[in-house]
Amino acid sequence: MIARLLEGVPRRGLVLLGLLLAALVVFPFFASGYLLTVGFLVLYFAYVGQSWNIMMGFAGQLSLGHSLYVGLGAYAAAALYVHFGVSPWIGLSASIAFSGLAGAVIGFLAFRFGVAGVYFAILTIAFAEFARIGFDHFAWVQGSSGFFLPVANYATNDLWNLRGSPTMFYYLMLAMSAAAFVLCHALVRSRMGYYWQAIRESPEAAEALGINVFRYKMAAVVISAAMTSLAGVVFAFYYNNLFPEQIFHISRSIELILGPIIGGIGTLVGPLVGALLLTGLAEGMREIMLQLKVDVPGVKQVFYGLCLLLVVMFLPHGVWPPLARRLGLERGGADGAARADEGKP
Amino acid sequence: MAVLLEVRGLSKSFRGLRAVQQVAFEVPEGSITGLIGPNGAGKTTVFNLVAGVMRPDAGEVRLGGTRIDGWRPDQVCAAGVGRTFQIVKPFAGLTVRENVTVGALRKSNDVSSAQRRADEILEKLRLGPKRGMLASSLTLPDRKRLEVARALATRPRLLLLDEVMAGLRPTETDQIVAFFRELNRAEGVTILLIEHVMRAVMALAQQVVVLHHGEVIARGEPAAVVRDPAVLECYLGEETEV
Ligand SMILES: Nc1ncnc2c1ncn2[C@@H]1O[C@H](COP(=O)(O)OP(=O)(O)OP(=O)(O)O)[C@@H](O)[C@H]1O
Ligand SMILES: [Mg+2]
Repeated sequence: MIARLLEGVPRRGLVLLGLLLAALVVFPFFASGYLLTVGFLVLYFAYVGQSWNIMMGFAGQLSLGHSLYVGLGAYAAAALYVHFGVSPWIGLSASIAFSGLAGAVIGFLAFRFGVAGVYFAILTIAFAEFARIGFDHFAWVQGSSGFFLPVANYATNDLWNLRGSPTMFYYLMLAMSAAAFVLCHALVRSRMGYYWQAIRESPEAAEALGINVFRYKMAAVVISAAMTSLAGVVFAFYYNNLFPEQIFHISRSIELILGPIIGGIGTLVGPLVGALLLTGLAEGMREIMLQLKVDVPGVKQVFYGLCLLLVVMFLPHGVWPPLARRLGLERGGADGAARADEGKP
Repeated sequence: MAVLLEVRGLSKSFRGLRAVQQVAFEVPEGSITGLIGPNGAGKTTVFNLVAGVMRPDAGEVRLGGTRIDGWRPDQVCAAGVGRTFQIVKPFAGLTVRENVTVGALRKSNDVSSAQRRADEILEKLRLGPKRGMLASSLTLPDRKRLEVARALATRPRLLLLDEVMAGLRPTETDQIVAFFRELNRAEGVTILLIEHVMRAVMALAQQVVVLHHGEVIARGEPAAVVRDPAVLECYLGEETEV
């Protein structure tokens, strides 16, 4: 199993991954409280970016409504906890079920009736908006006035009920990001991963090779939605408050796809690199501005915009692919075969 | 010989344009059959109707006696039909080997055995040295070969080839003709090929079906068909590669 996972992975890549993991593990020992929350955000966006990437990067289906799955996941687990005292570890099955179902409904409507490309993207936005408006009037979770979890007692870490310090959440998010990374690595090299990429590159050719395009697109949406919903669970228990206007908002959907776009769509490392760059640097910028006593609102947004602009202009495939080449790592694809001779006759 | 593919009364119109009209022919199991005709005759449309890309307006398609018209392309493939696209559709962002592995996965238990099968096929089609290249960086003749490799990887009983020799040099044509003949002989794959390169059709096909304006105007042995006045008539003024 492990051997299978490692097959074809360059040794240098493994060493670098090991170093990165080690750095992330020891980070809380050196980081201040503020830096720790930044670290948490980086891992959070790495995780949701990775989840989104399954749909877009692997199967080529653009979702601009992933806040739907974050929100459903968050509300499901939080409501079960607040109303019935159900541990989030059990509640997350409801999160997965609701988000997976929502993904399945969207996928079914789109793929059965030939809604593709930008029209599919618009459909995903529409469903997130339905949810936002619906939850505004959903009295069981306090509608638009917001749903609150009892605030955590930071003195003890209760992992079972996800009540605890930012350090606990940091490590939880690290474990989830690492698991998502390994899962995506395994997925992209599996039969399903090959089929997804075939569908992404040419649905007609994929069909001609016997691939049930509808089924595999559905699988991509449902897996992506289910994974994303787990980020919602953590979000709910970390922030302890949920507002439909925020969690389902389209800006949240956009925010979570910037990481993988900047990092490199369809790559495994891209979502992490993108999250690191965007969150790390944006927060760093804010800190510097604070130190310099420059008080300009919207610095973060401008920075995001600039980053996107630069990457789109100079690195159309994202930061990671050229970086990987620089580091002597081949492009991460389904196949372990060397691509060194790429482009040569 | 048993009939593998049987087409009867097949018709398809595109907004009034009758691309395929009442087409009927049979492809015997184990044979190599040529489908020829001038540009726009409806050859590719016949393939699309057989492969399930389009639904016929009328008529039926039978594979080994089972009606397959109206089936989805993936179902037709599962039934044993492999096809290439005249306008090639490589998985551009994947390597040559990955392209063929996708096809090989259909009849393989796992990815590594599919990769081995892909390597075998690539070797036979002389694409072995290029397996690590992205499909997008291949030349057109190589992309056509990749189409063949990918379709073959699904282990079809019937292989539909749509102008895979266009753009090949004569020596390359001879090589691929030899490859198809060997494939047909050794593995018993039935082949239906659309081809403008008459040299290849004459060398390969035991039987030829000629389409013109969507209709079958002649059928028979290649040597007889090319002397048929109706065939000569429709090719008149057409540029034919003999
Ligand atoms: N999807 C389509 N929509 C509309 N018209 C089409 C479509 N496909 C084919 N046609 C038309 O149907 C006719 C037959 O086309 P087809 O591609 O089957 O010819 P062909 O014999 O393969 O020609 P060629 O040798 O040029 O490949 C042509 O007039 C073509 O323009
Ligand atoms: Mg054609």
